Amino acid sequence: MSLLTVEKLNVRFATPDGEVHAVKDLGFDLAKGETLGIVGESGSGKSQSVLSLLGLLADNGRAAGTARFENRDLLALAESELREIRGSRISMIFQDPMTSLNPYLTIADQMTQVVREHETVTRQAARERCIEMLEAVRIPEAEARFNRYPHELSGGMRQRVMIASSLLLNPEILIADEPTTALDVTVQAQILDLMRDLNDRYGTAIILITHDLGVVAGLCERVLVMHEGELKERGEVRDIFYRPQHDYTRRLLDAVPRLDEERVEKLAAGAGSGVVPEAGEALLTVDDLKVQFGIPGDGLFAGTRQLRAVDGVSLSLAAGETLGVVGESGCGKSTLARAIVKLVPKSAGRVCLLGREMDALDRETLGEMRRSLQIIFQDPLASLNPRMTVGDIVSEPLWTHRPELDKGSVRQLVTEVLERVGIGGHQLNRYPHEFSGGQCQRIGIARALVLKPRIIICDEPVSALDVSIQAQIVDLLMDLQSDFGLALVFIAHDLAVVRHISHRVMVMYLGTIMEVASREDLYERPAHPYTRALISAVPIPDPDLERSRERELLSGDLPSPLDPPSGCRFRTRCRYAIDRCAAETPKLELLDSTLVACHRADDLRRG
Amino acid sequence: MSADLAETAVPESSSGRSLWVDAWRTLRRNRAAVVSAIVIAVMAVLVAIGPFLSPYAYDFTDWSNLSTGPNLATGHVFGTDTLGRDLFVRTLIGGRISLMVGIVATFVSLVIGISYGATAGYFGGRIDHIMMRIVDILYAMPFMFFVILLMVLFGRNIVLIFVAIGAINWLDMARIVRGQTLTLKHREFVEAAEAQGVATFAIIRRHIVPNLLGVVAVYVTLTIPQVILVESFLSFLGLGVQEPMTSWGALVKDGSEEMESAAWMLIFPAVFLATTLFCFNFVGDGLRDALDPKDRS
Repeated sequence: MSLLTVEKLNVRFATPDGEVHAVKDLGFDLAKGETLGIVGESGSGKSQSVLSLLGLLADNGRAAGTARFENRDLLALAESELREIRGSRISMIFQDPMTSLNPYLTIADQMTQVVREHETVTRQAARERCIEMLEAVRIPEAEARFNRYPHELSGGMRQRVMIASSLLLNPEILIADEPTTALDVTVQAQILDLMRDLNDRYGTAIILITHDLGVVAGLCERVLVMHEGELKERGEVRDIFYRPQHDYTRRLLDAVPRLDEERVEKLAAGAGSGVVPEAGEALLTVDDLKVQFGIPGDGLFAGTRQLRAVDGVSLSLAAGETLGVVGESGCGKSTLARAIVKLVPKSAGRVCLLGREMDALDRETLGEMRRSLQIIFQDPLASLNPRMTVGDIVSEPLWTHRPELDKGSVRQLVTEVLERVGIGGHQLNRYPHEFSGGQCQRIGIARALVLKPRIIICDEPVSALDVSIQAQIVDLLMDLQSDFGLALVFIAHDLAVVRHISHRVMVMYLGTIMEVASREDLYERPAHPYTRALISAVPIPDPDLERSRERELLSGDLPSPLDPPSGCRFRTRCRYAIDRCAAETPKLELLDSTLVACHRADDLRRG
Repeated sequence: MSADLAETAVPESSSGRSLWVDAWRTLRRNRAAVVSAIVIAVMAVLVAIGPFLSPYAYDFTDWSNLSTGPNLATGHVFGTDTLGRDLFVRTLIGGRISLMVGIVATFVSLVIGISYGATAGYFGGRIDHIMMRIVDILYAMPFMFFVILLMVLFGRNIVLIFVAIGAINWLDMARIVRGQTLTLKHREFVEAAEAQGVATFAIIRRHIVPNLLGVVAVYVTLTIPQVILVESFLSFLGLGVQEPMTSWGALVKDGSEEMESAAWMLIFPAVFLATTLFCFNFVGDGLRDALDPKDRS
């Protein structure tokens, strides 16, 4: 018997550009205690379809069809009846836990309010139930955390609070809309593990909406694949992954970079170009780089405290090589990128570009050197000036560095480089918001490329993009690398993408390097416990593999970088930590062909 | 293969939409703002050419018609004041001064405010501190005291009004612009330009200022009526324009003295002044709504 049956669901939005048909004739059912995944790229209508069930569409949206839940049609209910169902029978958690919690109320206020809204219980009873629930979602020291404000908790902790309060009234269905997208992989693994556990324990049916096929593979029993508002395919999770019927499902699966696969072929197109860089002279060397930020202390007379965002990082990069940099958010990888291109001042260390130290250069030479070192940013739209045309945006580096060029030749160079990244020359006069995210990132790449640099630093260039677009951008970067012999520093939190594009990978934690190794070594034989935990946290889009493999879940959250642990910084979350780890900071040492900073790396490798 | 995946996944956005096109579309739907804009335009044309259409000059005394009410036969359509001067011409001439003060003083505050605020905000740190403390000090100066001081030093002069009002108004503008700049300068496209090595003033000119214009455009339409009002207030106190030249504020002041015996001397300039202020405020409100993307459906 199914718990929820949706038939012929249509969602339409009235916009100034005409009606948008966001969901077309969607039908599915959900059994008691089942986990259903709805997968699709942005704009596929996956979120709108479930929002419409709860009457949460934006004002200009209209839903039609039927959705039977407990002998009632959700779409026909009045607002007051829906409100009764929302929260108590069907509850929902969202992507960003910070915006769904009220910053002015404590966790206690918000959670007890949910209980007392739907049931008549005493304050004390409500309180006890909430704390019990917080413990069920594995929040350590739940009683103490209960009276905190949302901003005092970490992102993962906030998402747990959201899950706890959505489960308070023991709902039949929990709808999770991209619940882990804003979280680090290590925290994502914890949350998914928790959801699996809650599904077992309470028998709550889960509808998981996500773009991440790996997440679906690990958690869901059945899957719906949506594209442009239409249901493309539905089936058991193993059928979807191993025997996809629809062309779109197949393409989607092909586009996902997998952690357990090599950089052999390109993600999107057919033939690959496995360029192996020759060990040449280092284009870029960074030596013991430190970046500190002064944070004003509490109280009037407290001095400033130093936040060591990057604490002694060294690296070198040869022509044609890609160095991947990975780590959780807050590990200093973006600060490292910004310090190298001098967007933030470094406090110590040396950066040498093309064999010359950047500090020693006068302004003019520095300007010239900058031409060979470019950067690409994470948010494609935010990194383009909304008031400038695409042509002007890409021309700007030329205006700055090659003022001798006349208008015609600037235009020609710009058109060439835009066409190289796949933007037609006729789109020169358009504004950035007229392009999609992937196209904006292409424009960002064109801007970096127009001066023919030797090195491009990519700061999470694909994190904000859909899977299929991600694949195209990564392929483009790899193509450009082989065409121009570019050296890339590729910063990302997605280990699968990094594996795909990098020759060497550097793992950072709290501003320091944990491990540097060639791609094969790092993924096949990770030496540092942190690397092992990171790799095991990444979900693999393969249901059997994903469910059978052993995980090394990291407990807890990243410690505050203001007050890092003594000795080895990772020791507070490391399951192999010994006394020596607290007393002595491990140095980066060579173990076989891997550079690793861990006292126990040797023991661990020998088992 | 995934090339066509992208083609279908990302529909081409409808062509030629920009912030300004969208804003214009929203603004056009706002009837109050559109009507107000038309009224302002008509008012501007009227004060520019209107005085030439009347047989009387603004300082000509018609001895046969002292303090007479509106009268089509004599050509004094708005009547005359106590000195027998034609009120229609004087109202339009006064409108010239008032609108000019409004626009010139706002323009002055715009130029100084944007360059000062954008510079302070962009450089930040110590420079920002010093520049904004100067603004704070200027804020603390009593406005009336400042105006009277100028009058004493340089005598009564319409240019002084422009200077005085502009000198006070740019402070607000500088603060608003600085705040906006602070948020803009950490945006990635500004960082991208910095990483390119684009010169500082080129960054301010190309990346910061154009992105401020939305806020500034709104603020300007709200400043113009405020400035007109301040000038009226100064004229009302007798610190404004000098006779026989006049402004709406001065006319309202004169009219208020004869309110009981000759109401038309108050009503006509007051209606002109109030209408203009209303219209500017409506346009400002309309612009604010139109330029706020959150309000767009």
